[in-house]
Amino acid sequence: MSKAPAKMTKPGEVATTGHEWDGIQEFNNPLPRWWLWTFYVTIIWALGYSIAYPAWPLLKGATPGLLGASTRADVAAEIKRFAAANGPIEAKLVAADLTAISADPELASYAANAGKAVFATWCSQCHGSGANGAVGYPNLLDNDWLWGGDIEAIHTTITHGVRNTEDADARYSEMPKFGADGLLETAQIGEVVQYVLKLSGQAHDAAKAEAGAVVFADNCAACHAEDGTGNRDLGAPNLTDAIWLYGGSVAALTQTVTNARFGVMPAWTTRLSEAEVRAVASYVHGLGGGE
Amino acid sequence: MSQTEPDTPLYAAREPVFPRRVSGNFRTLKWWLLGFMLGIYYLIPWLRWDRGPMLPDQAVLLDLGNRRFFFFMIEIWPHEFYFVAGLLIMAGLGLFLFTSALGRVWCGYACPQTVWTDLFLLIERWVDGDRNNQLRLLRQKWDLHKLRLRLVKWTLWLLIALATGGAWVFYFTDAPALASNLIHGTAHPVAYSTIAVLTATTFLFGGFMREQMCIYACPWPRIQAAMMDEDTITIAYREWRGEPRGKHRKAEGAEALGDCIDCMACANVCPMGIDIRDGQQLECITCGLCIDACDEMMDKVGKPRGLVAYMALKDEAAERAGAHPKQIWKHMFRPRTLMYFTLWAGIGIALVVALFMRPPFEFNVSPVRNPQYVLLADGSIRNTYEVRLRNKQPREATLEISLVDPEGDHDFDEDEGAVQLTLEGRTANVVTVAPDETLLQRVYVTAPRGSDLADESRTNIRFWLRDVEGTERISADSVFNGKDH
Repeated sequence: MSKAPAKMTKPGEVATTGHEWDGIQEFNNPLPRWWLWTFYVTIIWALGYSIAYPAWPLLKGATPGLLGASTRADVAAEIKRFAAANGPIEAKLVAADLTAISADPELASYAANAGKAVFATWCSQCHGSGANGAVGYPNLLDNDWLWGGDIEAIHTTITHGVRNTEDADARYSEMPKFGADGLLETAQIGEVVQYVLKLSGQAHDAAKAEAGAVVFADNCAACHAEDGTGNRDLGAPNLTDAIWLYGGSVAALTQTVTNARFGVMPAWTTRLSEAEVRAVASYVHGLGGGE
Repeated sequence: MSQTEPDTPLYAAREPVFPRRVSGNFRTLKWWLLGFMLGIYYLIPWLRWDRGPMLPDQAVLLDLGNRRFFFFMIEIWPHEFYFVAGLLIMAGLGLFLFTSALGRVWCGYACPQTVWTDLFLLIERWVDGDRNNQLRLLRQKWDLHKLRLRLVKWTLWLLIALATGGAWVFYFTDAPALASNLIHGTAHPVAYSTIAVLTATTFLFGGFMREQMCIYACPWPRIQAAMMDEDTITIAYREWRGEPRGKHRKAEGAEALGDCIDCMACANVCPMGIDIRDGQQLECITCGLCIDACDEMMDKVGKPRGLVAYMALKDEAAERAGAHPKQIWKHMFRPRTLMYFTLWAGIGIALVVALFMRPPFEFNVSPVRNPQYVLLADGSIRNTYEVRLRNKQPREATLEISLVDPEGDHDFDEDEGAVQLTLEGRTANVVTVAPDETLLQRVYVTAPRGSDLADESRTNIRFWLRDVEGTERISADSVFNGKDH
């Protein structure tokens, strides 16, 4: 414990504080005075800072500060600055022929980068941040397209959307609910499902598939084509490939034939500028599956 | 608990230090070192080095804007920053080595604080006169004469400080262009603010703070204690020879006095304001000026030199006991210093080897993991890779990307149905990278339906990058994620 008052030792030597623990004493060196001054300077700085910059909390917000500094305003100004700087190239993007975008390196680079940002903001919720989709939401990386995979088709799909009520020009088609509306018997549905399995090269019941071929020709071929390769004008999927939007198992196919599917996508013109639509179309087209 | 009243003040004002002019071996060495180091600092940015038309011609340039570091023939890219880290580690170990062998030699000879303080002291003596004049001037009331001297001195200090801050910014951008811009007021605000800050700190630290920086602000003296031992060279006063000290050589009993004539020369020349005869002190930067001062005095009074000398603590004890001290260089070779040297040299050799093994172009392959694979319409599996190509040459490079199986049990040939490598937006597997540029290329690898690669969860693959016009080729390993993942 501490004991004994502070005492000066020999002249020229340093006084101790008088504290002693286990024989260890504490020197009492005075602090340099300039250190004290730096402390005062920080106080003055703090006062000046709190006057110049937003500092004191009030009931609503804080004191604004004489300099009017605001990181929010800084960001807004920066966004404005970038928007202005991007103006010419966006105008060029809107004016360009869609198919010519990829041939112009500057335009292609801008479209891909801007499109990536648009995609992350507006599209990734359904199609996934990696654009690989989910059940019911198409994978945009592969080379299978419901409504067409060239840049113009993609642009149209994004502009008007799919099966929505807000755009008269939206992509539209409707598959009948063959089971739910009693258009096909349960047995017929079983047969046509086996036939679809056969079309896509999966294991199937040959006898049922043969019967299903007739059902298919009568009910499905109008949209999905006689050979099952689908029809892009109607957004009717190709049933012969390896890709299934709602699943290619017996259960999933039975569900699809019975109750039908009705995938919807909004029309993006209400939310995005033409430049943004073109940018994101270009981005999607460049993901690896574009035609 | 009893509250004790402090009988020493809480704060102490700085005791002004006016080191007297001194001449001698160590002072001469210090002047040469000062000239050499300041010369390096001020002149290096002006050295030119031809790197061709695409690259800057400044020999040493830390181009933060373009993310390139240039050191003569060496160019460091951001991903090679470990070279810089290695150099910093070497600098650290070098300090350890010097400190354990020679004590605070950095502080006494090479530290910018010491060098610039020396320079400022030179100006001070030139304007105000030596120690005695300076002391008189300090106590004197302000008059026109004093004001004139002060203004002249501060102006000169400020000019040196300005040149110091000014030289710093030249390391970061083309020096002649920046110099012209600085004069015309068109340089970047960061250049001006950097110069302003460095000018202010140089002026303040060299002119007014001086030894206070070493004693109170700098952490390095405190850390050095961990590297010093009884073999480390420090400055010592041979008190067994000097004591009892005394001025009056002809007085009665003078024959009993030691060699120290108590002339205070050692204390008067000390830039740290200490008296070396008090023993080892944390303020001492071992600059050797007290040795010069004492040797001069000993010569005058006809006594042997070395009353104050560089010495290992061990030798101090040995001499006191009547033994002969070891030679200084023998103290320098001991396990601790050899270990520091080995580490230092090891890192240095590794860096040099790594430097010369760098290929003129490089690439990184990172598999896209969102998603890990894509199922294509024909049932094949496609993986995507982001390939970052770096061309570090001053000429355009045409590079070919190819794929092999490192284990050799898969068919990667160009046959029908084999694994296919395609480059986004290109018809051939060849990329052209501009001089001193990087390029991000998306690469697709597609494994056909039913192939091993498509069905196995994970297969090791190896990308090769080959210079079409040369022989150089490098590889990067990656993986292919199959359907079973």
